[in-house]
Amino acid sequence: MTATGMPHRAGFGAGVGRVFRARETGILIAFLAVTAIATGVNPTFVFSTDGWRNLLLTPTLLILLAIGEAMVIITRNVDLSVGSIFGLSAWTCGQVYLAFPHAPIVVIFIVGIVCGALLGLVNGLIVTIAKVPALVVTLGTLYIYRGIAVLWAGSNLIDPDNLPSDFQSLGHTSIWIIPKLTIIAVVVAVIAGWALRNLRAGREMYAIGSDPAAATLYGLRTRRRVLTAFILSGALAGLTGVLFLSYNAGASSQSGSGYELLAVAAAVVGGVAIFGGSGTILGAVIGALLLNTISNALPVVGIPDVWQQAITGALIIAAIILDRVLLLRSTRKLVIAEEASHV
Amino acid sequence: MSESVIDKLAAGDHARTYANYDRPAWRRILLNQESFVVLLLIAFYIVSCVALPNYAGPTTIDFLLLNIAPFLIIAVPEALVIITGEIDLSVGSIVGLSSAALGLAVHAHLGIGAAIVISLVVGLLCGAVNGLLVTLLGLPSLAVTIGTLALYRGLAVGLLGTNAYSTFPAFWTSLAGGDVIPGAIPTITVLVVVLIAIFAVLLHFTPFGRGIFAIGLGKDAALFSGIRVGRTKLLLFVFTGFVSAIAGIYLTLQTTTAVSSNGLGLELDVIAPVLLGGVSVFGGKGAVPGIIGGVLLIGLIQSALSFAGVNSDGVTVVTGALLIASVISTTILAWARRRRPSARSRTTGA
Repeated sequence: MTATGMPHRAGFGAGVGRVFRARETGILIAFLAVTAIATGVNPTFVFSTDGWRNLLLTPTLLILLAIGEAMVIITRNVDLSVGSIFGLSAWTCGQVYLAFPHAPIVVIFIVGIVCGALLGLVNGLIVTIAKVPALVVTLGTLYIYRGIAVLWAGSNLIDPDNLPSDFQSLGHTSIWIIPKLTIIAVVVAVIAGWALRNLRAGREMYAIGSDPAAATLYGLRTRRRVLTAFILSGALAGLTGVLFLSYNAGASSQSGSGYELLAVAAAVVGGVAIFGGSGTILGAVIGALLLNTISNALPVVGIPDVWQQAITGALIIAAIILDRVLLLRSTRKLVIAEEASHV
Repeated sequence: MSESVIDKLAAGDHARTYANYDRPAWRRILLNQESFVVLLLIAFYIVSCVALPNYAGPTTIDFLLLNIAPFLIIAVPEALVIITGEIDLSVGSIVGLSSAALGLAVHAHLGIGAAIVISLVVGLLCGAVNGLLVTLLGLPSLAVTIGTLALYRGLAVGLLGTNAYSTFPAFWTSLAGGDVIPGAIPTITVLVVVLIAIFAVLLHFTPFGRGIFAIGLGKDAALFSGIRVGRTKLLLFVFTGFVSAIAGIYLTLQTTTAVSSNGLGLELDVIAPVLLGGVSVFGGKGAVPGIIGGVLLIGLIQSALSFAGVNSDGVTVVTGALLIASVISTTILAWARRRRPSARSRTTGA
């Protein structure tokens, strides 16, 4: 019933029609429109080295968080702690550099990802074993993880002097005209998108989100899949922390705060229904691009950027309403089709 | 075989239990989460008074009541929303937006009376928007209020920017921060008690209140027994918005500042004690004494910790941990309660 945004396999003809009806297309058009308007007002928005770099580089953090958030939401849960996991991981990696100034970059990535995955594991275990709603659990861990970061960091900062130059350059250099961070985000998105669409574990996440009770009756290992979603979401938030440390050339106890709302917004705006069971990674990525580009474009078109959060909120609500309308319409279509088949 | 799977699923459908009348009355009254919280509250207060020098006495109580007033004001209506099976995450942002409205109205020389009315209307409207999106469009309140959490806070940030307004009439600020019994009971406590009394009567002694429980226990059954589910939920969201505005006005006057970050993160301080006080997050269960006990307990823990020199971030960690502990404890209690009768009455284990 809730299969609106779920990827189906179909022939080429059906494929073309589907592209135009897909939820992602609308968001992509909105993204292109915002970019076009901002470029029309100020051509350097796209056609300049800085503009181009901003367009590709600034959304990478949000894209990674949105991918993890999308997986959790598809299983009919939500992870509000990603911003705090991001911050705690970034701070942990900075501390590793303080203790071992010559640590290889690979080690830092592993530390960040493992740190995030462990924090995600805690979320997932509480949700699956104690059967407490993810909303409440992750609202709690949002504050716990942030509080730990603040207790650990106090008012200290990781500043550029603490970080090796090759780690910092990772965040700012490009291969050809594509920033390295963007390449990382795209690789993660492609792998996650492929896995969710084709792997058994990925398909089962959709099944669990569509109807948890039916999934359990069918014999799916619901707990394990939900736990996996939380671990992956945490690991991606940890990776985001590492990339932030590199891009920002520093971290504080408040790094990443407020990102949880943006991550949920990106996923929901990109067509990942909050009821679970539908949506794609591609949608979440485009949602993140749209949100980020809107906030970049606001000052260009003359709206003070203090209104950014209000626009994010309005977009979340608009997306939820749109999903409900689409769901009602597809349900009605199914009913009509069923009645026709009875005649 | 399939029986046991269905049993498991039914068991997974948490805590939808009715009052268990096969137990003796004293057990029903004493052995529940509400009394446990109240006992914990008394025990914790005694321990704090003994362990912390100079903690005992009316001054700390005065500060405690002053600090927790906004949480107490919002907690009961929020609990009613949660009892119907919904949730309102946007309360902190409504506090911020109504505070911004108050600051802007006073700054525009509208007079404090008009400013307070405007602020209350803003709160009512915020609650009505939440309620209409949930009831009229049938959207999940979790998603809606995550959206309005960002929207209302965003409006406050957009309206105020980095400005802070702090020119409020001295009479009103001293009223908000003052004491009705000097050095012991703050003036705001009078308003808090009146509001709690109104909502307690509404929940426990009116058909409307019984409707709230019925909706939480089973929406369809409530609908078929003639309860106006949509109207009830809408009203509760409006009430929550309204009291959030009251809390926003109080917070603004007490701190004499309207800034866009007023009430940031307040939803945790409201929802954690409500759940700790025995309100089931799945709906259908909860009582006013437990809610008040929960708010007082968390407020007391925070006050004792900061009295002992723990900084406010350590306090936040404790609040978050208490939120998780409280929901887990409900699950464990429900699990233990289910386990005992099932061991006696069933031979084939689930």
